[in-house]
Amino acid sequence: MNFPLNLAHLQFLLEGTVWTVVLSLMAFCGGGFVGFLIALGRITPIRPIRFLVTCWVQLVQGTPLLIIMFMVYFGLPGLGFSISPLLAAGVSLTIYASAYLGEIWRGCIQSVPRSQWEAAECLALSRTQRMFKVILPQAVKLATPPTVGFSVQIIKNTSLASVVGFVELTRAGQLINNSIFEPFIIYLIVAAIYFCLCFPVSALSRRLERGASEKKTRQPASALPQIN
Amino acid sequence: MSIITLSNVQKSFGQNQVLKDVSFSVNKGQVVALIGASGSGKSTALRCIDRLETINSGSIQVCGHHVEDPHIDLRKLRQDVGIVFQSYNLFPHLTIEQNITLGPVSVKKMARKDARHLALSVLEQVGLADKADSYPEQLSGGQQQRVAIARSLAMKPKVMLFDEVTSALDPKLTGEVLRVIERLAGSGMTMVMVTHEMNFARRIADKVIFMHHGKVHESGTVDILKNPATEELQEFISNDL
Amino acid sequence: MILDFSAILSQWRLLLNGAELTAQLAIVTTVTGFLIGTLCAVARRSQSVICVRVAAIYVESIRNTPFLVQIFLVYFGLSSLGFSFSAFTVSVIALTINVGAYTAEIMRAGFDSVHKGQWEAAETLGLTKWQQYWHVALRPAIERVYPSLTSQFILLMLASSVTSQISTEELTATANFIQSETYRPFETFFIVAGIYIALSLMMRLIFWLFGLAIFPRRRRLGTTI
Repeated sequence: MNFPLNLAHLQFLLEGTVWTVVLSLMAFCGGGFVGFLIALGRITPIRPIRFLVTCWVQLVQGTPLLIIMFMVYFGLPGLGFSISPLLAAGVSLTIYASAYLGEIWRGCIQSVPRSQWEAAECLALSRTQRMFKVILPQAVKLATPPTVGFSVQIIKNTSLASVVGFVELTRAGQLINNSIFEPFIIYLIVAAIYFCLCFPVSALSRRLERGASEKKTRQPASALPQIN
Repeated sequence: MSIITLSNVQKSFGQNQVLKDVSFSVNKGQVVALIGASGSGKSTALRCIDRLETINSGSIQVCGHHVEDPHIDLRKLRQDVGIVFQSYNLFPHLTIEQNITLGPVSVKKMARKDARHLALSVLEQVGLADKADSYPEQLSGGQQQRVAIARSLAMKPKVMLFDEVTSALDPKLTGEVLRVIERLAGSGMTMVMVTHEMNFARRIADKVIFMHHGKVHESGTVDILKNPATEELQEFISNDL
Repeated sequence: MILDFSAILSQWRLLLNGAELTAQLAIVTTVTGFLIGTLCAVARRSQSVICVRVAAIYVESIRNTPFLVQIFLVYFGLSSLGFSFSAFTVSVIALTINVGAYTAEIMRAGFDSVHKGQWEAAETLGLTKWQQYWHVALRPAIERVYPSLTSQFILLMLASSVTSQISTEELTATANFIQSETYRPFETFFIVAGIYIALSLMMRLIFWLFGLAIFPRRRRLGTTI
């Protein structure tokens, strides 16, 4: 059988894969930074901030990622800013990831037992010291499995950047398809590459979660709802 | 006429051999009390009778079924054997009546109306006819256990197995369950009870089997509780008092 | 830079049609996805090694690949096999396959949470494995994972936006059409985001009411399992 893709095509796919990884890292770092702020904002004693942050998170979580991408890529130029596909994809994924990571981390911070807060308070630590020296280190341990699990979501969602024209793995596949028109085989290979990127991360997340299982709630992280 | 026969039964969980060589038999209409310390294997032996555990070697015959046979028709076996558990295991999302009619309707293909009559009559037997439309969580532990007994009785078994059915109950609630079991024994049901209630065993058991370290150590009538032949049984009884 | 929402709102009929199609996709695929997911969860818990392996391969393949790529595979795969389904049908198939895998994991956790004693009690009453699942395990399992199921199916509705890429005329496709006509992308997507949020809230309400209907014990006693 004549394999329709030649070496140049495969190389093009691999380049797309590199950009997929780059975009994922951008989204993870950006989303992680903003997400951390969101997590803090969700538990701050200052009511107006808490309210605004909560509204923002509900807004982002209730909107499809594709709409967010369109809003950033088409909407911002409409308001007078010009934006490249990479930046649009990066900003959209950051917004998306920050809302979900913020929620995950808020949950983990709140899972640290009340007694820890009280013990730190009794040691006369300030609120900031309590947060950074006592609570956060414990929250980080709880947060690692679901965060690793969510990074799989990020990798998969970079595929939507293809819709605004950014040449990551999916778009690379589309472009190759435009020239040789063998969509099923192309997308099968594309899917296989995504699988190779995601499966190890998923497996790692499961292993981490098993390790933390003494402190686990009823359902495993894999049984939590996921988009995409 | 022997209705349950265990012959040279051995059972291990991994490396741990729980039943080393268990043999005993139960005749029709007999009430047998299976006693022993924790870890003696009595609950395991009981569960093997209803094929909740498979045995490694030996044979078990119940009402003509060869339980150790891998091709046994389990549904037929379970229609002849009723078992009541320590933690009652009532279905929390069903009402008491639905708990009881589930078996007859799904397994025996009984009509729903007939099943309802049957449910009410077995509930009468255990004294809970007024609770038919309640949910299990609305009942006390003793009431739930009585419903569990009624649920098994609704299947009209030939043999009833009781696995420490009062161990999870407050002493106050134990009495109502024991009264039901006593009435059942009086009606001629063949029963095997794993129990810690020595006084109750003395009162109603026809045969007592004392298990120790996975073997039948001593067996006989309730007299063995008064005059134990072996040292281990003597120690067990004295600890109990 | 002036925001003008009236140009978008005047297209309310189009928006309504798009929202309606999104809702239809959501409803149909919630039902089909739940069925597939539950059967898959049962398969993963079965004694047959083949069932367990096949189900595991299905679930892992879906969970580790993007939905956009899955929908392209379904679309082009079906057409290369000679089928010519409507975009709606292809979308339903792809969404069902996708949400089925995630639902399978949720339902598996639900079934695992049913206490061993419940299964034993059902088994000793003589019920077959299927009867045990249907009468004894299913409702308590659903009750326990109901919040997760609700969230999952709302996410499903949001994921339907991706079907716009194979020309399904749901809400996102409608949004793209409107913004290309009115040259007001920001306002268009802003309103459409609002419609999606409204749809999410409606779904949450419907699931809550549905929960009251199928959990009579919860309705009567107000307690959770």
